[in-house]
Amino acid sequence: MKAKHQRLALVALGLVAVMGASGLALSALKDEAAFFYAPADVAGKAPPVGRAVRLGGMVEAGSIKREGDGVTIAFTVTDGKATVPVTFSGIAPDLFKENSGVVAEGQFRPDGSFAADNLLAKHDERYMPPEMAGKMAAAKTLEQ
Amino acid sequence: MIAEAGLAALWLAAALALLQLALAAGGLWTARPGRADRQDRASIEAAAQLMGGVRPVAVVQGLLTAIAFGMLILVFVRSDMSVLLVATNSHSMKPLIYKIAGAWGNHEGSMLLWVTVLGLAGGAIALVERQLAQRTLVATLGAQAAIALGFYAFLLFASNPFARVVPAPADGNGLNPLLQDPGLAFHPPTLYFGYVGLSVAFSFAVGALVTRDVGPAFARAMRPWVLGAWIFLTIGITAGSYWAYYELGWGGWWFWDPVENASLMPWLAATALLHSVTVLATRDGLRAWTVMLAVVAFSMSMIGTFLVRSGILTSVHAFAVDPTRGSFILALLVLYIGGALALFGARVGTVKQGATFEPLSREGGLVFNNLLLSVILGIVLIGTLYPILAQAMGTQLSVGPPFFNKTIVPITLILMAGIAVGPMIRWRRDEGQALINRVTVPVAVAVFVAAGFFAFASEAGAFPILGLGMAAGLAVASVAPLWKRNLLRTPLFTWGMVVAHLGVAVSVAGVASERAFTTEKLVAARVGDAFWVGPYRVEMRGIRPEIGPNWSAIESVLSVRRGDGASFWMHPQSRYFADPPTNTSEADILTAWDGQLYTVVGQPDGQGRWQLRLWWKPFVTLIWAGGALIGLGGLLSLIGRVRRERRQGRRELAAA
Repeated sequence: MKAKHQRLALVALGLVAVMGASGLALSALKDEAAFFYAPADVAGKAPPVGRAVRLGGMVEAGSIKREGDGVTIAFTVTDGKATVPVTFSGIAPDLFKENSGVVAEGQFRPDGSFAADNLLAKHDERYMPPEMAGKMAAAKTLEQ
Repeated sequence: MIAEAGLAALWLAAALALLQLALAAGGLWTARPGRADRQDRASIEAAAQLMGGVRPVAVVQGLLTAIAFGMLILVFVRSDMSVLLVATNSHSMKPLIYKIAGAWGNHEGSMLLWVTVLGLAGGAIALVERQLAQRTLVATLGAQAAIALGFYAFLLFASNPFARVVPAPADGNGLNPLLQDPGLAFHPPTLYFGYVGLSVAFSFAVGALVTRDVGPAFARAMRPWVLGAWIFLTIGITAGSYWAYYELGWGGWWFWDPVENASLMPWLAATALLHSVTVLATRDGLRAWTVMLAVVAFSMSMIGTFLVRSGILTSVHAFAVDPTRGSFILALLVLYIGGALALFGARVGTVKQGATFEPLSREGGLVFNNLLLSVILGIVLIGTLYPILAQAMGTQLSVGPPFFNKTIVPITLILMAGIAVGPMIRWRRDEGQALINRVTVPVAVAVFVAAGFFAFASEAGAFPILGLGMAAGLAVASVAPLWKRNLLRTPLFTWGMVVAHLGVAVSVAGVASERAFTTEKLVAARVGDAFWVGPYRVEMRGIRPEIGPNWSAIESVLSVRRGDGASFWMHPQSRYFADPPTNTSEADILTAWDGQLYTVVGQPDGQGRWQLRLWWKPFVTLIWAGGALIGLGGLLSLIGRVRRERRQGRRELAAA
């Protein structure tokens, strides 16, 4: 193989690889980019059912209920504009409490409620998921 | 006074870095090749003097950074609360090891650690490097000084670790309890050694571009640094993953968190660089590509630093929430990467074409490996940066594990096939038929294992089963290079390759097994209740309080038994730290030969029941055992390479 041909082949291969990566990444992004939802995002329209996503917001005051099995809790998440009922089976983080930020990982059910398999609560006073900080700020601005 | 001494050492080191850069630039300029015909004796001597000064300056600069860092550790050990950083990140009641680790468990301290490692690495190059042409070495040290200068400026103007606080508080804020873990105390330094090792590779690439000296000698000089950086990154990522697994109490070992990606991206680039630098060192091919990869690898460690230290991300690992610092690092990033890319663009035309090779050859295989690694790197980069870019454009979105699993898993399976076949291909050119004969056995093993799982455990899912099959095939293929060889006379770096590739197989087997066969039980347990998880019977025998040095805890007492074996105790805890007020879950993990039993205790439900979460994770330990093997393989290669080059150096000396 001549040097020039080899260089061309390598460049072509590199381009194919880069295009392949971008294509794969972008097609997956189209399906999976909407990974984080606030209650307002799903109010009035059907949420994506059965896909692993995150739901973020504040735990509504007085909404935390413990189910009889001792491992499931039910509560509602709000962003000031809409609410979503959530159930979670598992060990809730200790900082999970009412009027406090939470990010639930799990999936929406067909009835619009959310089944969480994992809860992320803020672990110190500075913690807030970046997506949520924006959404909460937007909600506050709208209220005023 | 200690803090002031540290600050003074830091200023001196910065001044020396400036001097180092000036000496290098002056020397190279005076002796630039275009002037050779009209060069008189005096200017040759002047250039030699300028360039001769670079080595000692680099060594002293390295020592000064070490002194500054030593002073910082000292103020932490003495709990000098009049230093702002100590007051905000330490506490006099903390165990000594976390006082020391506290020195780098925060933004300013970790940046000082960065500079210290950078300075010491520069000093080490100046002391030990004997292979490179003097001009290239001087250019390399000049580039190293330029990188260091940016970080000195960052420390001295934007994040002074030695700033005082008046009046001094009586006691400190404490360290985030999540960070109070021996694994974590040594996790950041490990990653930093990796990041900074890549900065050395970058400096070598810049030096070689400046003096147009890209070739096998440059590759051999750069390779130990790439290998060293890669070993530290491998160990750091493996240890970080195990830390997340046992400390967070979630039972997961990789979360595709942007901060994890920040360390994975340089590792991917370094892995690609490691393989291409071998082509350059042994066959003088892939010259421009290798230089480019060195630039990319360092860019990835800068992007990693930027992501973690800029406050753009909020995560367990990100300390700083300060836009000034973020912009400062971003400016450095643009300056270094932009500068290096500009230099690359200007000089790449003068980098001579290296040796050519046939597509079906070891070189071709390594190109394939490089392309796949680059593709994975590109996807991780897009997935990590896209949300940040989208946010800058005003759209809120988030990319999570589903994106990465969907894209990375299939490519990794292809890459595994490449890792298996690559080492079986001959250098320069190979015959297709001969190669097919060589890969028959591993392919048969892979197909047999995968078919077995599909037949008897098809509920495990397609990807985990494919992964298990590929892992078995790769395990066989990776030891193939030792076939029919005298094992004692096999070079150490061949052993390194075998062990590292075997490590990949072991890790993938662990990942696939954890994915496929984990069983989980979540229960509300009364004292006296018993549960089965996997092969274990777990009985709740009691709940009791525990007191530690700076925490109190509720501990559940579990009696655990497997089959007819003896029973033993496990004690998962839910800990409370007063300073700052934080709760953590301390999982109790039992390691057996075939997996781990993972137990976590949660809250009481008010009716005498306590939440218990039990996992049986078959062969999960293979994930980290594989990581350790990969690191060990790197270490064997490094020792083998250094020894061989020493021997060669001695032989050349004897011949001359």
